[in-house]
Amino acid sequence: MTIRVNWKAALSLAGTITKWLAIALLLPLVVAIYYGDPILPFVITMGISLFIGSFLERLDPDPHMSLRDSFLMLVFAWIIVACIGAIPYLIALAGTSSSLVHPINALFESVSGFTTTGATVIGDLSADHYSPSILLWRQFTQWLGGMGIVVLALAIIPELSPGGARLLDAEAPGPRIKKLTPRIAETARFFWMLYLGITFLEVFILYGLHIVGLAPNMDFYNALCHGFTTLASGGFSPAVRSVETFSAAVQWVIIPFMIASGTNFALFYHFLKGDRRTFFKDSEFKYYIILMGIIGAVFFILFLNSNFSNSTFQQSTLLTTVRHALFQTVSVITTTGYVSFDFTTLGMPAQYLLLFCMFIGGSIGSTSCSIKILRWIVILKSFRKNLFSLIHPDAVLPLRFNNNVYDESEIKKIHTFTLLFLFIFAISTLLVVLDSARVGINLSLLEAMGAVAATLGNFGPSFGSSGPMGNYLLFPWTSKLYMSLLMIAGRLEIFPLIVLLTRAFWKS
Amino acid sequence: MRILIIGAGQVGYSIAENLSDAHQIVIMDIDPDRVSEITYSLDVLATCGDGNDLKNLEGIGEVDMIIACTNDDEKNLIACESAKLLGDTFTVARVKNSILFDSWSRSKGAFGVDFMACSDRLTAEAIVNIAGIPAALDADSFAEGSVQMAEFEIRPNSALIDQTISEADQFESLTFAAIITDDEIIIPSGSTKIPLGSRIVVIGTPESVQSFSSTLEPTNNVIKNIVILGGSSIAAETASIFATRDMPSTLMTPDKDLSLKLAEKLPETVVMCHDVTDLDFLESENITQSNLVVVHLDSDEETLLVSLLIKQLGIPRIAAVVNSGDYISLFESVGIDVAVNPREVTAEALIHFTHNVNTKHVAILDSNRVEILEIEIDSHSKLAGRNVQEITSKMPSSIVIGAIVRDGQVLAPRGDTMVQYEDHIIVLIDVAVSDKILKQL
Repeated sequence: MTIRVNWKAALSLAGTITKWLAIALLLPLVVAIYYGDPILPFVITMGISLFIGSFLERLDPDPHMSLRDSFLMLVFAWIIVACIGAIPYLIALAGTSSSLVHPINALFESVSGFTTTGATVIGDLSADHYSPSILLWRQFTQWLGGMGIVVLALAIIPELSPGGARLLDAEAPGPRIKKLTPRIAETARFFWMLYLGITFLEVFILYGLHIVGLAPNMDFYNALCHGFTTLASGGFSPAVRSVETFSAAVQWVIIPFMIASGTNFALFYHFLKGDRRTFFKDSEFKYYIILMGIIGAVFFILFLNSNFSNSTFQQSTLLTTVRHALFQTVSVITTTGYVSFDFTTLGMPAQYLLLFCMFIGGSIGSTSCSIKILRWIVILKSFRKNLFSLIHPDAVLPLRFNNNVYDESEIKKIHTFTLLFLFIFAISTLLVVLDSARVGINLSLLEAMGAVAATLGNFGPSFGSSGPMGNYLLFPWTSKLYMSLLMIAGRLEIFPLIVLLTRAFWKS
Repeated sequence: MRILIIGAGQVGYSIAENLSDAHQIVIMDIDPDRVSEITYSLDVLATCGDGNDLKNLEGIGEVDMIIACTNDDEKNLIACESAKLLGDTFTVARVKNSILFDSWSRSKGAFGVDFMACSDRLTAEAIVNIAGIPAALDADSFAEGSVQMAEFEIRPNSALIDQTISEADQFESLTFAAIITDDEIIIPSGSTKIPLGSRIVVIGTPESVQSFSSTLEPTNNVIKNIVILGGSSIAAETASIFATRDMPSTLMTPDKDLSLKLAEKLPETVVMCHDVTDLDFLESENITQSNLVVVHLDSDEETLLVSLLIKQLGIPRIAAVVNSGDYISLFESVGIDVAVNPREVTAEALIHFTHNVNTKHVAILDSNRVEILEIEIDSHSKLAGRNVQEITSKMPSSIVIGAIVRDGQVLAPRGDTMVQYEDHIIVLIDVAVSDKILKQL
């Protein structure tokens, strides 16, 4: 069998991206110098990324990508970047009792970061061997992965521009992502500037709350760390008990920024270009907000009627309950993974609702993951359409949504995606349960399904001991490796990764 | 006026025929045979040439108006645009495509066209207007839909037979404008009797016309389940006008690609893709429940066949769009309720626009015996500041003021109602004396 894929070109371009990762490492390096942390973890990693990057680049000095190569390049880039991202953990924590000294754990943490999942394998965050700079790196990986490392690369690396629309399509979340400007690099640059702008807005507001005394423990470091993981819909927090640590004001501020993370970024573009009504005109955004309202109300009722074993709600006012309901809803729909309290202490109905909400996802073109609103609406509309044609077999019914007409091939692709997503979910649940049983752990149904849904959907915290205040350490290393793959599959919207497993991809 | 007509097809020919008495007509066509034919049949100057060629236009000399009515929309627009290059001639264009018409309506004068008649839109409107009042033989709307005109036949079981007009007139703001029999047009007074078999023309608000219609024929009044057979642009236009009037329709066409396109274009309409001559299919889709079917298929023969086929199913009202004007009477003689010819509709609109630029809209009844005009009263009109009594007494007898529209309000004209500047009046006149009357208005 001859391989028809230009893997050298794909590796070479992935190498270029790897080289640029060295620049990103400057930020934790500066922080390390500021706090007097050891700088070696970052300096060595910079060296490694420069070395590997330039080595891979040499494989093909003049790379030309076809459609297949772009899939391969995307997967290569994510895997290489995630592997290099794990190196600072390994070096910084070498010799400590941290769980991250195990390479698989470090890789899991890095993948969880870049894919904006937020599932952690850090046993005890409060242990003092986690320096501010290493925790900042953990937050920063989510920020880099939020808008997509390849989209970032498109903005700055001119070699990627030809065929870049395909990369944007493959990496950016959702079908029908449009180029906003004639040049792909400009579109990518706009996305990143917007992303940067909103992130800083949040950092300033959070820090502002600290200055005016509304958020005693939200210092500048924490503001920056949470800024990095909110708009990325990541969910890592350097605080042991996630956002629960911070005051009500902080939680209220984070809610709209999480909503923004699940909003189609193209809407911000049109809004900034002067179309002030763009958010009202977009049907997906409308459904997104309405859905959050409905699910928020259901959570509110469930929280009110919870058996009050949960200390959070024992003496809470109505407003507090509204805040928690809203925070949890927005966090799960945008697949962020922050928590304002430990939801594993809730009754079963609320936990099952959370599990199924993990499959919803935010809008297309946002940093959120999972299946996404637009796909669900198209699927529901196609059900209606198919039922109608049972009665009127000759009726021609175009599927309309958001002023677009979706033709059969697009609908089929959306059906395929969703079915594949659910299929992978089912198979993976089984695999994880079997793998855990192999080492003598009996997972509950909720724990197994939760862990797979939370990694494939890039939500983060699961249930039981891998809940928001816990970690994924209980899983055997094979499961953790497999879940790392699920996180990448979920972040790249499945197709680019799955297509590599087909024979047709490698043969002509 | 000296008028240049570009394109001597059915539309151009009818216009030339109609206007040749009152105006000097030059008609230009690209086909030499057609040109020589017209030279002998009409008293006009027929020349051979391409209307898009500036040299040809210059050769004609000074004209007051250019009417571009070839079969080709783009050619008509280019002819108008070219004419504007030569001087400030008033330009009139015929187009089929309603997209062009909508663009032009947004900014009148676009494409160098001063007046545009859109045949697809006019035909569709004609169908919808007639169909809107099921009992009417003919109907039209004026002043943006605030006034309606309808012609009804007095059938044997009608309650109105042998009543006088004053007995029959129980409707608010409704004018009995004319009673038409086979040999004369009667402008009714209060004591005129309504004979059996005559046709009566009423003008008034849509509600009053509707209630008159339901008094006349109580069983035949609710339009439901409109079915449109055929996927032509006129059919699509008709479906979209029905949709804007809250009368959703079902459109059926055998063409798969076309059906997809139409389904995308017409969100309110159910589009079906199937052979429309398949009776089993039509019955399974409940066509028999429909009381209006519009038919416009590729050929007139097919249209006729399908119309007859569904007539057998007992559809109460069938409207056919007939491409060839020669077949209209054939369609009506075999019992198709309404037959509309797009070219005739367009020619009518263009002719009457040319007659009087103040005329906003015209409806023609009974093969050109009676016409109903919407006229805007401008500052030099002799009518402004007079009452209805004065106006009608000065004219020959064959004129009726059916309605007066002032600031969007419909006034039922009485003898002492004053006509003011900027009013729109809807008048019914006998075509035989229309030119004389129009000069006086």
